[in-house]
Amino acid sequence: MATNPIDVERARSKQLRWVGTRGPRPDGIDKVTGRARYGADFNLPGMLVGRVLRSPHAHARIRSIDISKATALPGVKAIVTRDDFKDMPSEFVPAGEMMVNYRDIVRNVMAREKALYEGHAVAAVAATSPSIAREALRLIKVDYEVLPHVITAAEAMRPDAPLLHEDMITMGVEPAPTKASNVAKRVEFKTGDVKAGFAKADVIVERSFTTKPVHQGYLEPHACLANVNEAGQAELWCTTQGHFVVRSHCAKLLEMELSQIRVVATEIGGGFGGKTVVYLEPVALALSRKSKRPVKMVMSRDEVFKASGPTSGAHMTIKIGARKDGTITAGEAELAYEAGAFQGSPIQPGCMCAFAPYELENAHVVGYDVVSNRPKVAAYRAPGAPISEYAVEAVIDEIAQKLGLDPIEMRLKNAAKAGTRALYGPKFGPIGLVETLEAAKKHPHYSTPLGPNQGRGVASGFWFNIGGESCATINVNEDGSVTLMIGTPDIGGSRASMALMAAETLGIDVSHVRTLIVDTDSIGYTFLTGGSRVTFATGMATVDAAKDAIRQLCARAAKLWEVPEDQVVWDNGFAKRTGENAANVAPMSLAELAAKAGKTGGPISGHAEINAQGAGPTFGTHVVDVEVDEATGRVDIKRYTVIQDAGKAVHPGYVEGQYQGGAAQGVGWALNEEYVYGADGRLQNAGFLDYRMPVTSDLPMIDTVIVEVPNPAHPYGVRGVGETPIVPPMAAIANAVSRAIGSRMFELPMSPPKVLKAVQARKANGG
Amino acid sequence: MARVVLGSSLRRYTGGVDELEIDAATIKQLLTKLGAQHPKLVPILEHGLAIAINGTIYQGALLEPIPPDAEVHLLPPIEGGREASFRLRWWR
Repeated sequence: MATNPIDVERARSKQLRWVGTRGPRPDGIDKVTGRARYGADFNLPGMLVGRVLRSPHAHARIRSIDISKATALPGVKAIVTRDDFKDMPSEFVPAGEMMVNYRDIVRNVMAREKALYEGHAVAAVAATSPSIAREALRLIKVDYEVLPHVITAAEAMRPDAPLLHEDMITMGVEPAPTKASNVAKRVEFKTGDVKAGFAKADVIVERSFTTKPVHQGYLEPHACLANVNEAGQAELWCTTQGHFVVRSHCAKLLEMELSQIRVVATEIGGGFGGKTVVYLEPVALALSRKSKRPVKMVMSRDEVFKASGPTSGAHMTIKIGARKDGTITAGEAELAYEAGAFQGSPIQPGCMCAFAPYELENAHVVGYDVVSNRPKVAAYRAPGAPISEYAVEAVIDEIAQKLGLDPIEMRLKNAAKAGTRALYGPKFGPIGLVETLEAAKKHPHYSTPLGPNQGRGVASGFWFNIGGESCATINVNEDGSVTLMIGTPDIGGSRASMALMAAETLGIDVSHVRTLIVDTDSIGYTFLTGGSRVTFATGMATVDAAKDAIRQLCARAAKLWEVPEDQVVWDNGFAKRTGENAANVAPMSLAELAAKAGKTGGPISGHAEINAQGAGPTFGTHVVDVEVDEATGRVDIKRYTVIQDAGKAVHPGYVEGQYQGGAAQGVGWALNEEYVYGADGRLQNAGFLDYRMPVTSDLPMIDTVIVEVPNPAHPYGVRGVGETPIVPPMAAIANAVSRAIGSRMFELPMSPPKVLKAVQARKANGG
Repeated sequence: MARVVLGSSLRRYTGGVDELEIDAATIKQLLTKLGAQHPKLVPILEHGLAIAINGTIYQGALLEPIPPDAEVHLLPPIEGGREASFRLRWWR
């Protein structure tokens, strides 16, 4: 059902009773009492323990795998290797938030010709106890031919670099290269004439930047329980952002019909994009199918770091020219993103987002997708955008500083608005970047005096957001309470926001609405939770399902009143008569109609199945103050403010949580987090002690301001909010540190040794 | 007639053409005619695209109407976007 623009106006103009309120979170009690059931909390009788044998080498040909001794070990019920997964032809499909190729997926799930990173799965066992499973892994003999490896994009792009895939010819280059390389793809976006644009500039700044791979850092490791019966029917419980996507992948990899696999999305302890793909799930299903017993698999933290998908590290060169008054005349960027062992880094969105906040007549962006011997990257919150926008925002700040301009004023001068043409082609509709910049300027944070060794940084950011397939079913129970069933796992409060939108549309108290995330057999295909789409797309489906229920309720009331249906309207939870004698007829509540439903035609159930279109992009602006200890290089975040457009904040508390969470992850990315590799290509810091994420003592109170520029395509004006908050922090913090120490920083993370080195260099130069 | 902008990345598949007019009432019709006019584009179209019509981005919306005189941009799929190659193939 298409959203009628008149409905949107009506929704916006009337006083909203539930949308925009801050009710208690429906999942709160179970989570704080420990009752919430996560992926590792499910068990079945006769369950086996599954464990994975992983490559100790960053790059090695697998000559043979001998499982004979492991198979003979008492207690071992099944072993799977590459021989248990059919090879797949090259075929690009969307998977989670990335485009993937099934030929690559089957190889990432279980190595075939080569182990391409330390941690790459080579075999898996199912046994009656963890100790037997561990012993079985030890008994599996893999004959490796160790090969030279490359870790960074720069290393991988060298002409003499060892090749990961001997048949990889770079796409997007004319004429096509004749020699294989580690560059999977070249992408390009161009508008205007950058040479002419630079010729008009009074100041040009060109800088190169490096970022390191970082992990999404979800606290809950990957976990699943698979159960396949003798008829080949499968059940799978797993922690995932998209159980329908899991079903699709597993069905493809195990050559099963979709209807034969039921997937349940368990409560999730963080995902941030990293749980939009499959790792253990096809393996657990294969082991269960072979052993004819349930198999449970849970990754250790070490495995999460080594064998799931961090985001890309990158090398970038940015060149921007501007006039004295701050008008940007041209922008150029060359970006190389690490994809990990298989192609598919977020280089494309990285290129598209780099200059997105700005109105540029002349811009040229080239990007390279580069494979290297690291785990295959997965999505991490606005994939690609935080990396490129970090570099661009840093150069803009340097230009502002050189010209003596206020950094917010410079951004306002060049800000994208409704009608601005994005570098990637279309014009923006209504957007809220200017509103966030104005709000930043007015915020008390921006005028707070700075102390010694302190600096203030500003950065803006953008993310497209998406819609996609969502389904919703509203069952009106016989007591008038409502059960809302949806198919998008809740990673950010969507159970609450769906209930609010359902209650608002139905006109009933939100305490009578309960939202459930149901399994893949219980609702129509629903795309995953990602792309900041759920409040928008599943919200739209929820509203449509509520309207479908209302139609049925009105029709039922019309039957009871024995009048035509066009003499009944729905108003604030009640069916009301219109027309002659209407004033003498008492309205009927939803509860009254529900109580009579069985005797008047059957239960009332509204539903909607949509592919939501018209997602509105979101812009944000961050302001951060840091203090640098020049003796140690330690950076403390003193003040942090996130200002972002939400379109309409359905539950403001959750929206604020998204803003704060994205900022916190950005702090870690900016100051401490990185994958540290040894010369042997092995990860040196595969644990939270040495992979340093921010904890509460590292962070000040992160203040938030919600700006609302409604998205006309959604009944309540919603824009997705989950991803944009991670886009500005690295640049905002880099700009703050650079201003605090009087020396520009070009590498992330800005860990204490690097900051100290910059301070010492400045002092050596008389600064 | 819709004005279709292909973007600089796609020029190599169209002999240098990056903008053209196509008479199409829906996205499905537009992609079919585009593939017929420039066969080298077909694998790209099958790989999956996002389509912007007058600034609004659509993904997985083959039946979306295209208004007369619309400005249409072909974009790479937006991360999280759904346009499976095996779903797109049926439009040919």
